[in-house]
Amino acid sequence: MALQFDPAYNRRKRRLQTAVFGLFRLLSYAIALVLFVILGFIIVKGISVVNWTFLTQAPTDGMTGGGIWPAIVGTFYLMLGSALFAFPVGVVSGIYMSEYAPGGKLVAFIRMMTNNLAGIPSIVFGLFGMAFFVTYLDFGDSILAGSLTLGLLALPIVIRTTEEAFRDIAPSYREGSLALGATKAQTIWHVLLPMAMPRVITGLILSLGRVSGETAPILFTCAAYFLPKLPASIFDQCMALPYHLYVVATSGTDIEAQMPIAYGTAFVLIVIVLVMNLVAGLIRRHFEKKLNTK
Amino acid sequence: MKKWIDRLARRVFTVSGFVTSAVILLIIGFLFSEAAGLFRQPIVEEGYVLALNKSNTVDRLSAEEIKLLFDEDITNWRDVGGADMPVRVFRLEDLDRLYTEEELGAEYEHAGDKIAEQVRADRGIIAFVPTVLVEGRTDIHLVPDHTIPVKDVLLGTEWYPTATPSPIFGMVPLLAGTLWVSFFAILIALPFGLAVSIYMAEVAPPGVSRVLKPVIELLGGIPSVVYGFFGLAVIVPLLQQTFRLPVGESGLAGSIVLALMALPTIITVSEDAMRNCPRTMREASLALGATRWQTIYKVVVPYSISGITSGVVLGIGRAIGETMAVLMVTGNAAVIPTSILDPLRTIPATIAAELGEAPAGGAHYQALFLLGVILFFITLIINSCVELVSARNKTKR
Amino acid sequence: MNKIEAKNVDFYYGSFHALKGINIAIPTGEVVAFIGPSGCGKSTFLRLFNRMNDLIPGARLEGQILIDGNDIYDRSVDVDVLRRGVGMVFQRPNPFPKSIFENVAYGLRVNGVKDKAFISQRVEEALTSAALWTEVKDKLKESAYALSGGQQQRLCIARAMAVQPSVLLMDEPASALDPISTAKIEELICELSSQTTIVIVTHSMQQAARVSNKTAFFYLGEMVEYGETKKIFTNPEKEATQNYITGRFG
Repeated sequence: MALQFDPAYNRRKRRLQTAVFGLFRLLSYAIALVLFVILGFIIVKGISVVNWTFLTQAPTDGMTGGGIWPAIVGTFYLMLGSALFAFPVGVVSGIYMSEYAPGGKLVAFIRMMTNNLAGIPSIVFGLFGMAFFVTYLDFGDSILAGSLTLGLLALPIVIRTTEEAFRDIAPSYREGSLALGATKAQTIWHVLLPMAMPRVITGLILSLGRVSGETAPILFTCAAYFLPKLPASIFDQCMALPYHLYVVATSGTDIEAQMPIAYGTAFVLIVIVLVMNLVAGLIRRHFEKKLNTK
Repeated sequence: MKKWIDRLARRVFTVSGFVTSAVILLIIGFLFSEAAGLFRQPIVEEGYVLALNKSNTVDRLSAEEIKLLFDEDITNWRDVGGADMPVRVFRLEDLDRLYTEEELGAEYEHAGDKIAEQVRADRGIIAFVPTVLVEGRTDIHLVPDHTIPVKDVLLGTEWYPTATPSPIFGMVPLLAGTLWVSFFAILIALPFGLAVSIYMAEVAPPGVSRVLKPVIELLGGIPSVVYGFFGLAVIVPLLQQTFRLPVGESGLAGSIVLALMALPTIITVSEDAMRNCPRTMREASLALGATRWQTIYKVVVPYSISGITSGVVLGIGRAIGETMAVLMVTGNAAVIPTSILDPLRTIPATIAAELGEAPAGGAHYQALFLLGVILFFITLIINSCVELVSARNKTKR
Repeated sequence: MNKIEAKNVDFYYGSFHALKGINIAIPTGEVVAFIGPSGCGKSTFLRLFNRMNDLIPGARLEGQILIDGNDIYDRSVDVDVLRRGVGMVFQRPNPFPKSIFENVAYGLRVNGVKDKAFISQRVEEALTSAALWTEVKDKLKESAYALSGGQQQRLCIARAMAVQPSVLLMDEPASALDPISTAKIEELICELSSQTTIVIVTHSMQQAARVSNKTAFFYLGEMVEYGETKKIFTNPEKEATQNYITGRFG
């Protein structure tokens, strides 16, 4: 029997391909559309609410009036606090993974632990923060406890980007420095760290973007429903944008009057996330360009 | 001096290398120590006791039976292993109704006698009273209390953490709610995720991929509380209208929001996996006269299947652990769901909603930590599976 | 009768002029070798014959390539039908993540052949013609990755031969193999030349001398010389060819 091909099959398989690719394109555009709908919805509804008073006043009339200033400040403190914890610890840990760890099973184990930490749900961090920082270490519901809990959440991201940034530096730079008689610590400090810095900072900014939007970890470690004054020390509670949005959207006395405030809060939160992503992207692009000209 | 710094640095770096492992151990330790306390708690609320008539032989009551008795859903002792006689529920409030303040005494010093009087008088009575009032009495039958059994918690089908006299911590409805809503989320996200990742990795012109990639990343960067808010403001009313539901907050609303949140994970990981498929593998297929679509589903997808699976599994993990969005849109009814249009409640949402009200150290508080432990282990298992698969792949290549 | 003909072929990757004004005629049933230093464009040229370069963004072709007298870049040509008739074997063995049997049956299946008995028959014939049948006939269901590198490459040849192509393109098919496997592949090329026209790109001049009837020498995107293999290796016309085959550069 000779080999014969069916021309009709060829036509069919081409038609199938056109149909499938068309469908895939449609679904992809649908997803992009969803993003624009979500962003557009919040921006359109929120932008009319946001003005100077909204950004600089405390809530009034049982959350039905006023602004969100204390929540903005609280979120800023929490981001700062978690960065102060996660950045040094994460960078040092990432450097260990790339430069010091003796390879093999141990590194695989540590990396698995880091990945596992990244996969733990944020509410579990909240539970842990409550049991450990709030109760056991007796920090109470405070900015300190909330920052540390959020810092733990950001830690895996910082570690991973640091490790990758260092790993991608060509070995010749290390050898060059060591050959000149520099110690390993000097090599890391003077040669490798400056080279890896842009990517490390990108990772840090992305992790801060995530931290700024997290609610579950601060529910029981820090967040206050309403505070008339700004926090005075790290042992005070604070308000935070995501928690404020949750509260205003789901509970309260007058949902009708609260809705605009919710839109405004969501808008500010989205703007923070967008700006974080944009800045990270710009740094990355700037860095890549620099690398290309080399 | 230089050497000394170098050695110090090495030590600092080494110590910090283990920080994530230490954190995980701490999480396990603290979650467990809080959660384990639950099984040392008495069934009946601490400080209280159930008193029966001397003639009543019932010696052991489960939390569920106690709840049914006090809800007057069980009206005969026969149903809980006693004699055939009607049940009469007696609470502390009844004491104030039956006796004057003088009779009970200013400091409630006669309350014990009065309770005993009531219990002696009615063979079918069950009284829920503070232990201090009746401790040591021999003229009434005090039901000996037991600790909360593991089986009733893990296999219990009712979650009434604030029921008196004995809270019920059956976790099945919460586990079912979590799995149910995650299952539908993946059902929605999977076709989209695969289609988009294939489109981005294999089909789209480079320019389109360059635009889609940040869009997907941004989708992953939106805070969950914003998703929840969007779900509450848009999806919930939409579902309510479409399916003519009494309330729009439902499992389906949760699934849709979770699908959106799991999508970026699924897409990014699967796309990476497919991009790693060697170019010559594709070319070999095309060179045989296969179309690009045939090449994708017969060669590229099988080649990258473990990476794609990792993406999907990580997406499931994300859906299972998600808290705020689900809390805001699923309606939070702690019943075993029968339809995806019913309100339901997941494990993370339960923790978030109830921990604020649960007194620290109490049974309810510990039960919520137990939920945290379960959640922790589900995600730990999921992540470890993904790690193992990707580790095996690395050695294969 | 010429199987393949290229007329004034210029090829660009973006602004890079990769092939410059190439004319060649490859007669039916011959084994033609393309030689030349790395980056000279010989692989690029080979990949034009089954339009593999279509996949590269920014690539542009000028001139004509004819197979059996038909312009294969004509709009009416279906690229999958073209590729079915022009088989290809790659530098490194690249079997699919499937069983040995399914690897060979793949070309039949994606072109709509459904008859099971016929497929098994073709698989056996193709494996036999690739001198692999006796080695694998008891483990057809096993993964192709269980085979050695040389066996995998012969499997890839069987895979290409299963759809009975009239042209077989080989892009340095032995460059990743040990000497014994290489010898087997070369032997196979000689046997297959009775069934199909073969164009082979190779680094190794000895290999070109052993397997081909005709040889074309490429240098910096141009085809410097094309002729009978014997003549190219013993009495080349151009100085560049002379320098290359005597090992003075490349």
